[in-house]
Amino acid sequence: MSTTRERILGRLRSVPSADVAAPAVDAWYASQEDDDASARVGKLTAALEASHAEVHHCASRDWSSVVLRIAEEKSLRTLLVGAGTPHGEALRRQNDSGNATKSDLQIVDYAASFETWRERLFENIDAGLSVAHSAIAETGSLILWTGPSEPRLLSLVPPVHFVLLDVDRIHATLYAAMQTERWSAGLPTNVLLVSGPSKTADIQQTLAYGAHGPRELVVILRHADGGAS
Amino acid sequence: MSQTVHFHSAKEFADRTRAAVGNPAHRRSFRGAMDFLQAKRAAQFPDPQAFENLRTLGEAIRRYSLAHLPDLLERLEARLTANGFHVHWAETAEDANAIALDIARRIEARHVIKGKSMVSEEVGFNHAMEAAGIEALESDMGEYIVQLAGETPSHIIMPAIHKTKQEIATLFAERIPGVDYTEDVDELIRIGRQVLRRKFLAADIGLSGVNFAVAETGTLCLVENEGNGRMCTTVPRIHIAITGIEKVVEKLEHVPPLYSLLTRSATGQAVTTYLNLISGPRRSGELDGPEEVHLILVDNGRSRAYADEQMRATLQCIRCGACMNHCPVYARIGGHAYGTTYPGPIGAIVSPHLLGLESTYPLAFASTLCGACGEVCPVRIPIPELLVRLRNEAQALPTANAPVRGRGAARRMLPSAVWRGWAFVYGHLKTYRLVSWLLSRGRALSPANQGAWTASRTPLVPAPKRLRDLLKEHSR
Ligand code: SF4
Repeated sequence: MSTTRERILGRLRSVPSADVAAPAVDAWYASQEDDDASARVGKLTAALEASHAEVHHCASRDWSSVVLRIAEEKSLRTLLVGAGTPHGEALRRQNDSGNATKSDLQIVDYAASFETWRERLFENIDAGLSVAHSAIAETGSLILWTGPSEPRLLSLVPPVHFVLLDVDRIHATLYAAMQTERWSAGLPTNVLLVSGPSKTADIQQTLAYGAHGPRELVVILRHADGGAS
Repeated sequence: MSQTVHFHSAKEFADRTRAAVGNPAHRRSFRGAMDFLQAKRAAQFPDPQAFENLRTLGEAIRRYSLAHLPDLLERLEARLTANGFHVHWAETAEDANAIALDIARRIEARHVIKGKSMVSEEVGFNHAMEAAGIEALESDMGEYIVQLAGETPSHIIMPAIHKTKQEIATLFAERIPGVDYTEDVDELIRIGRQVLRRKFLAADIGLSGVNFAVAETGTLCLVENEGNGRMCTTVPRIHIAITGIEKVVEKLEHVPPLYSLLTRSATGQAVTTYLNLISGPRRSGELDGPEEVHLILVDNGRSRAYADEQMRATLQCIRCGACMNHCPVYARIGGHAYGTTYPGPIGAIVSPHLLGLESTYPLAFASTLCGACGEVCPVRIPIPELLVRLRNEAQALPTANAPVRGRGAARRMLPSAVWRGWAFVYGHLKTYRLVSWLLSRGRALSPANQGAWTASRTPLVPAPKRLRDLLKEHSR
């Protein structure tokens, strides 16, 4: 194997190296206009809705009741959450407290390795709930950092995908997100940008949702001071 | 099912072209699709100056990456290895398949599920797997349809662009057990989703391509809308990524401009549904993701193109397909007529490096040189210049160590003799005078049948008086 490697690299190295200046990525983004925080929320919302996602604004403390209400409207029976996560626990408490209406919803923990329960995950889970690491206003993209409490398939296999996002985590561009959060210093094994429900236009350019991933993307935008509509 | 055409003559290309042009339904579907994609792209770049600025940046990133290609490949390999990937190098298509087969045999794999990968088409991956008794199933909806029909993709971004929904409805009803005929697109996609979900679970290996490989962090970036790429890279035990050596960039910050140019140029989307950044296999504590991730780096003629300064620009390509969508020839003959994995203008400039000019030189001539491809290319590859260069290479004297394999493949005795004569006449004043005098005198002898020229034009006849004679009369 190594000889192939050396042959290829040898051929590439035998060419006199051209002197090409490093691309001025930073300068290009600096030349783009900058939005303030509220403009970013507006842009993100508009872009997500244009990509066929549902966006709900709420005060931080209300998010769990908003999720439960939407789950009921959609007649969901099972909702998958990262095991042992604060948001998962909070949602379960809220669901169990069972206020006026009795909930049929079951909160399921993603607690074991995928192989041990793959059939059930593929066949019997209606929805998943993620917490976005951050987001991108320009393109309406949610950034998910996967890991033990945010497994990769949680945001892919269930037909409905809920994402919680705090409005102070919205960057203007992907570049801004990478720079501000210093992605080059280290990334989890899988980072995902999600900009709508799964879709395809492979049949006669006709757009269809729910190709292989979620058919519906529901974004809950949490405003810290409760100053939301 | 999918295959690389390793040899086809100029005549076969002409025959396929004639067949394609003579099929009105086929032409209508391509015309419609091209108009659709052109309009969507145009809407993404409303300001021509902003587009020029961004593509200057895109071009700079690609040129910089290529200028440092060997170093970046070594850094990429080191970072990926540190992240837990296995990196393999393949000189040829056969090498690439052999590496994948070794991995498959080690785990006694029966089923491979595939995300979209043009390089896997380029190396004939599906054939190699099938020959070894391993099923290789496409999971991108378009690729799945094309594979079900026993065909090959006709477009690098929209593989099933040549098929109508009626054809797909018939195909599904005939080939998928228990499915009734339906033209409802949502329903067709739902059927595909259901079939393929079982296949993701059954697969031992997931195969994918790579859009960008980042050296500094050891990250593979995959761009897609459907989510099948994520399935392929997450559900099976082993993920194998396969890509050309040119796909590497130095830094993570080089990805956003290229990603933006790619999605807007390809399908006129501001962004795709998913950008999947993979920096390692499943780590301890994680509950899903592949146990092993392999990257196969494929040369297959690329390092040879790299050696020639002009041809190196070919490797800037980010495979957006915009050059195809804007090509008047592609729009009329469609992808299959080209007979190569990559059709259209990009196919014409990249295929000679992968397959040699012997079988691919007609593609460089299948262009009006209108320049549309060069104008839309998001990384500013001078495609028309490269087409002219390849035409020259195809007709030049064959030499050892030529920058493209098969140099001189289009060289024919008669035309080269004619041009040598032409050069001699124009290089010698007395001969020139004599010959031009003889021609104008003997104009009555000009043949009425001048081959292809007179098929749709009047014959060429020398003027009764030469220009120098007219000038002489005029100055009297
Ligand atoms: S040559 Fe340019 S326009 Fe054509 S596919 Fe490559 S990047 Fe896109």
